[in-house]
Amino acid sequence: MSPFRSLAVVPAYNESATVARVVEALHRDAPEFDVLVVDDGSTDDTSAFARAAGAEVIRMPFNLGIGGAVQAGFVYADEHGYDRMAQVDGDGQHDPSELQRLEETMREHGVDMVCGSRFLSEDLKYPSPISRRTGIHIFAFLLSRLVGQRVSDPTSGFRLYNRRAIGLFSHDYPHDYPEVEAVLMLHHHRLTMREVPVRMFLRGGGVSSIGTGKSAYYMLKVLLALFIGLARRRPVVDPGDDAPVAASHGI
Amino acid sequence: MDRLQLVSIFAAAVLLFVVLEMVRRRRLLERYALLWMGAAAVVLGLACWSNALERLAKALGIIDPPNALFFVALGFIVVLLLHFSAAVSRLSDQSKVLAQRLAIMEQHVRRLQGDRREDEAVLEASRAERLTESAGRGRQ
Repeated sequence: MSPFRSLAVVPAYNESATVARVVEALHRDAPEFDVLVVDDGSTDDTSAFARAAGAEVIRMPFNLGIGGAVQAGFVYADEHGYDRMAQVDGDGQHDPSELQRLEETMREHGVDMVCGSRFLSEDLKYPSPISRRTGIHIFAFLLSRLVGQRVSDPTSGFRLYNRRAIGLFSHDYPHDYPEVEAVLMLHHHRLTMREVPVRMFLRGGGVSSIGTGKSAYYMLKVLLALFIGLARRRPVVDPGDDAPVAASHGI
Repeated sequence: MDRLQLVSIFAAAVLLFVVLEMVRRRRLLERYALLWMGAAAVVLGLACWSNALERLAKALGIIDPPNALFFVALGFIVVLLLHFSAAVSRLSDQSKVLAQRLAIMEQHVRRLQGDRREDEAVLEASRAERLTESAGRGRQ
């Protein structure tokens, strides 16, 4: 029996082609993890396939975007008292057997988040379009300077969080393209992170949440969020603060 | 009094009337109605009291006083739109939280109904089974 209760959250939006395989791979290669599939308002049978494969499923009433879907996973993990939460994409590009190494790194270094990176090791070259790689490296460069630590793959969605990180992100998690901002948030709250080299597969099916047309918007939005995040004195609401979402306020 | 002033007075009066009527029919919250009524009152005041408009125009460096009226109205519209963008942001944040709560509740209800698993014990058992399986594979 594992000393921890661990949850693997699989955000999935129209991934019926791959989601069952991901769930089965998690059960097989990372058996200590319970599996929660967050169906982000899919219009196909993602929920049914995931449930048939033996995962718990929460189904969003409409498409929230990756940030909202993953945050639902954090809230679930927080409320069910999980000690660890892993985030694994529903398209099959992450290898669940590598969660073991993420967990070992977390235990060994006592960090709050461990992040799988495609770019840490030279022999694990990730075959992605040059435009996207360039974008990722720009974020990596900026973010590394902002948090004062090398972050080689800030857009990676293959992550393991401990209780503190789960608690933080269940209260506040960025909206549209959350991964880069999440690293900055973690830093602001003096939580720690570390990267481990992982191999990522090309997508097994479905369509990436980031189309080529959206790439420019993605870059601008995340850059804006990064700089605004810097300007926030207190990026997250602490107990006793004003409500982040007020029912009403003056003009 | 020139024609533009008359038109402005008329427009402001119509705006005021429409806003009041919408509040009466509960189509508009008082919170927003006050904002619009304030705007109508300002336009009305400036249109009627042309001396004030001339002074304002001079202060802003606008040669033709009626243009100052448009300038003020435009400024008001920008502020109002910004306010609505903020309101939409707030609403989308609220609906996100509601969607998350709803999805988790639905899962919880399904669980309680015993649709797939009887209770936590079954979940524990399946986890234990997976673990022994993998341990078995590890030894092979």
